[in-house]
Amino acid sequence: MKRLQMIFSAKANKALDRAEDPRETLDYSYQKQLELLQKVRRGVADVATSRKRLELQTQQLQQQSDKLEGQGRQALAAGREDLAREALTRRSALQQQLTDLGTQHGALLAEEEKLTLASQRLQAKVDAFRTKKETIKATYTAAEAQTKIGEAFSGISEEMGDVGLAIQRAEDKTQTLQARAGAIDELLASGALDDPTGTSKDDISLELERMASSNDVELEMQRLKGELGAGTAPREIEGQAGATAAPAPVKAEEEQA
Amino acid sequence: MIIRILGQGQYVVDDQHTDDLNQLDAQLEQAVEAGDETAFRTALLALLARVRELGECLPDDALEASEAAVPGDDATLAEVKDLLVGSGEGLIPG
Repeated sequence: MKRLQMIFSAKANKALDRAEDPRETLDYSYQKQLELLQKVRRGVADVATSRKRLELQTQQLQQQSDKLEGQGRQALAAGREDLAREALTRRSALQQQLTDLGTQHGALLAEEEKLTLASQRLQAKVDAFRTKKETIKATYTAAEAQTKIGEAFSGISEEMGDVGLAIQRAEDKTQTLQARAGAIDELLASGALDDPTGTSKDDISLELERMASSNDVELEMQRLKGELGAGTAPREIEGQAGATAAPAPVKAEEEQA
Repeated sequence: MIIRILGQGQYVVDDQHTDDLNQLDAQLEQAVEAGDETAFRTALLALLARVRELGECLPDDALEASEAAVPGDDATLAEVKDLLVGSGEGLIPG
């Protein structure tokens, strides 16, 4: 802890020692503060982006999970327990991923909130520093300013050190998450978790479709067989033959008449 | 004295509570030295709760240096170990 304090104050003192006129360091420090403020805001935006990506993936995995449940039900209704079991096994793997993503989402939200608060605190301190800076520049001679500047620096440099640590932590966390998110994207893309857009078909879908279409063929066969068995077809042929043959004699008769 | 909770801001704590806080600080230090994760978490949360209970939040626009810095709630044992190395006197001085 003490060491931490020393790091913060050492940075401030170094800047103070370098300047001919200590008042010059005020503007320089203010620039650095504004830069850090930008950096924290970028940090907040980065964490938000990661969070949104996580939300999108969660949604995709959820759709996939729902789809597998539907397939399981369909397969069970068709008496294919093996297929239903396969669908539910895959679904349970997805559920595991979803639980994981949920935990990470919570962690990201907390990080986002912390950084947002940090940026608000830093903003308030930077504003206070600007006011103090103008007062020091207007009121004190170079010789007198040294102590006042030291006072102004000590508070802001400590805050900057703390915010710097917070940004570092947030960056580390989002990087780890991005690597994981990338892995899930790859899984989704490779079709191992199936394609949630439904443009390519997984093997369970194919099997269910195959079953459905062979079922259709069976039904069609039954229908045809039924028609044949009832003797409809021959009668039709007979009727057709009669229909074409019958008018002919009439015609002939008419011609004769 | 002013105590900073890392990542959360500064608290002004009356000097009469220094002994009280030092006791909690000693427990935390012990847990860190022993590498005891459970005791560490308990001690850290107890210290932070006490600082928040006894202290008053310093306004955001205050430009004051802290006399002590305490890790935030989600700090890990390893991180705190890093901060303590070389200081030799716990997180709260005196």
